[in-house]
Amino acid sequence: MPPILELRGITKTFPGVLANDHIDLTLNEGEILAILGENGAGKTTLMNILYGLYSPDAGEIFIHGSKVNIHNPHDAIHLGIGMVHQHFMLIPVFTVAENVMLGVESTRAWGVLDRRTVSKRIGEISARFGLKVEPEVLVEDLSVGIQQRVEIIKVLYREADLLIFDEPTAVLTPQEAEEFFRVVHSLVEQGKSVIFITHKLKEVLEIADRITVFRNGRVVGTTTPSESTEASLANMMVGREVILTVEKKPAKPGEIVLDVADLHVTDDRHLMAVSGVSFQVRAGEILGVAGVQGNGQKELVEALTGLRSFSSGKVNLLGKDISRASPRTIREAGSAHVPEDRQSDGLVLSFPIKDNLVLNTYYEVPFAHGLNLNGGEIENAAKERVNEFDIRTPSIFLPASTLSGGNQQKVIVAREFSRPIKLLIAAQPTRGLDVGSIEYIHNQIVKKRDDGCAVLLVSPELDEIMSLSDRIAVMFTGKILDIIPTEKATKEGLGLLMAGVLSESQAEAA
Amino acid sequence: MSKASDKPSKPKIQEDRPRSFWQRLFVRKGVSGGIILPILAVFTALVIGAFIIAFSNMDTLAAWGNFFHSPLVAFSTTWATIRDAYSAMFIGAFGNPAEINKQLGIWLKTGENKALLAAIRPFGESLVLSVPYILAGLGVAIGFQCNLFNIGAEGQLYIGGLATALIGYSVHGLPWYIHAPLAILAGAIAAGIWGFIPGILKARFGAHEVINTIMMNYIAFRLTDYLLSGPMKSKGGIPVTPDVLPTAYLATLFPSPVRLHWGFFIALGLAVVVYWLLYKTTFGMEIRMVGANPKAAKYAGISVSKTMALTMAISASLCGLAGSIHLLGVDHRMVRAFSPGYGFDAIALALLGNSHPLGVVVASLLFGFLRGGAARMQSVAGTPVEIIRIIQGMVIVFIAAPEIIRGLYHLRSSRQQKKIAQTNISES
Repeated sequence: MPPILELRGITKTFPGVLANDHIDLTLNEGEILAILGENGAGKTTLMNILYGLYSPDAGEIFIHGSKVNIHNPHDAIHLGIGMVHQHFMLIPVFTVAENVMLGVESTRAWGVLDRRTVSKRIGEISARFGLKVEPEVLVEDLSVGIQQRVEIIKVLYREADLLIFDEPTAVLTPQEAEEFFRVVHSLVEQGKSVIFITHKLKEVLEIADRITVFRNGRVVGTTTPSESTEASLANMMVGREVILTVEKKPAKPGEIVLDVADLHVTDDRHLMAVSGVSFQVRAGEILGVAGVQGNGQKELVEALTGLRSFSSGKVNLLGKDISRASPRTIREAGSAHVPEDRQSDGLVLSFPIKDNLVLNTYYEVPFAHGLNLNGGEIENAAKERVNEFDIRTPSIFLPASTLSGGNQQKVIVAREFSRPIKLLIAAQPTRGLDVGSIEYIHNQIVKKRDDGCAVLLVSPELDEIMSLSDRIAVMFTGKILDIIPTEKATKEGLGLLMAGVLSESQAEAA
Repeated sequence: MSKASDKPSKPKIQEDRPRSFWQRLFVRKGVSGGIILPILAVFTALVIGAFIIAFSNMDTLAAWGNFFHSPLVAFSTTWATIRDAYSAMFIGAFGNPAEINKQLGIWLKTGENKALLAAIRPFGESLVLSVPYILAGLGVAIGFQCNLFNIGAEGQLYIGGLATALIGYSVHGLPWYIHAPLAILAGAIAAGIWGFIPGILKARFGAHEVINTIMMNYIAFRLTDYLLSGPMKSKGGIPVTPDVLPTAYLATLFPSPVRLHWGFFIALGLAVVVYWLLYKTTFGMEIRMVGANPKAAKYAGISVSKTMALTMAISASLCGLAGSIHLLGVDHRMVRAFSPGYGFDAIALALLGNSHPLGVVVASLLFGFLRGGAARMQSVAGTPVEIIRIIQGMVIVFIAAPEIIRGLYHLRSSRQQKKIAQTNISES
């Protein structure tokens, strides 16, 4: 039996760039193929070719052994190819059923929508693949994990046999990711075939039947999980030895830098998001804040950096009360902030890289004297930063939007770390980054700690928290349930805390 | 796999900065977005305008009615109509080059300048018209840079004119070098306060500035009506203010009938000041940061609401200056229909000029010349002056919907360019 999909010699160039260079790929029926590669390795370009969004310069595509031409997504759907994008294409104010039928509506006489038929088919798909959803619920009321299920149902509703998932777990909590893997397995059991694009090594080993690794637009190898380890995959991806564990010396905690006492913060809907949080961070240590996203971490960070005013509590930075201070005052007191959403908070994407490197210091000597900006100094500083922090760009005058995610984060890190800071607040500093960039940013954070900086690290990635932190605080529904020294912490114990389950001793303490 | 050879080599950092202003403009917006697009928009509007001119002309229509009888006549009549209209417009805008040349010769020989001045008058008139355009255009543009849509330029222009007129006619005994600047300053401050109101409403309460500036326009118009028919009314029947004192006049650069006044250079000077403010100062950086990404601006420690309110005041005060300077340079008194819509056209000018001071100046000169030429086009070629309005309108449509122009001339869209630039960098 011929493979369900075969690509031969797919080549795609953009002006000046070879995005895909003679890619050969096969996918057998009922198989999970993981495509692994760093950001910009050409994975997404290839999938967009397969889905008809780009046309290849050269190469052939075979479906079930016969050659096909895919000019647009419509052709792709017709051939049984379905794609679940990283950013969901759902209309929040429509119901699940409405979203699923959008574009392929069933109608009765006079063009009246036949909701009953659609709901029935959704029910069948749900039952068959174990994708539980309520067809009549509005999409905006669903969690991200369930929204992804709706996306999968959409694809299955269009009778796809080959499903492409682009970075499917990037937006999911660990629990939701587990659930997602279960769904993928049931898809394959029912005879579907799956292509899974990712740069997360653990997932690949957990779920894939075969792994194809991309680097710089080329396939560098195909392997299976049993033949590979995280380290071997990382090396293939990056093309050099990658150290996955963060090497660090024991912490030498010094004076108290950040002192938070009984902090209460409300969210945008005026609901209590942080209720009575107290902790301290000392110079030369990393306090990791673990927790499933949406348990108040975002509001905590915003309160500590002056971006959100809070109802009660006290925040001290080096003995100075910054409870009601503005972001600028807090920064000037020696605090640095790597924001959770780098594109919306940390950068002005339309500004040149050089301006983004002085985004919050532009008014200080030597970048400005009074009202006058000193363009020369800003450029010199930018050139230094770009070299020092290895920001890959042909020019500091290009807008930040032209940078890859990893390099955008490096711009923020360069800006925040190059100042003499006493406190670093890093919220999900490696979100969506590739292995190479993660390694780099982790090392920079540890270096700051060793220089005597107090670090507050907030991340939903338990691995990141455990490998970097000296102490780990677990947040659940706006409270810190416990703070544990890392050497005493286990993944299972933290996982239970993240789900709100307290051991007896902890319950007493809390 | 060999580790050494596979290690990605680091791209060299480009050392030389894009030097000239033009280069930077091209780099910043891309060739099609920065310069080419507005030029093609104007060109296309003129071409379509030519057809409208031709087919709103009775002779042309009659000639096309006889198309099957004498087809060549139809084409030649059409051509003649378009040629007559646009050449009248050209002469109306710039003056007649042959006449200017002839009179220049006579003036050099005899020193007789009356006829020469008459010949260059159209050119001067076009520049006079462009002065309020430049100022109000700058005002709207600075608002755009902060992502504020100041629709209130027209009302602010009236407020500026009112305050200037009041100081101009009521304050006596000042020398010109104090009186004129004082009158101008009064206009700028009054309009600035006028614009600060929607600014603060936006900053404090999130009230949308588009709605509020439109409403402020009506207040300004009716306030003008009231003041001109009551407190500020001059002796006599008609609702106008008294003439400002000659000490407050902005001097003309040439003898009558050329009305070009020093306000033109004040406007150009202010364009330079606005450029400096936007691109060379910390406050300008704050304006642009708030405009481009208010969340990042907040993160960077900028007070978003303060910046918005102040920018709105500066924007309004520039629009007010358009009224002040036009009043002191040309009309010398406040009348009811003081502005033929300079403030509304200013929105188009800011769009056309890409919210950049130089772009605004160029666009304003264009509109000044179009308007200058329109009157003569009507009187000489019989083409209605409204045609110019249609051409202006089409320019705005093409600027607001650039895909039309890109499609017509097969230009690459900025989105495509961006995508390519992105892949270039991320994949290299």
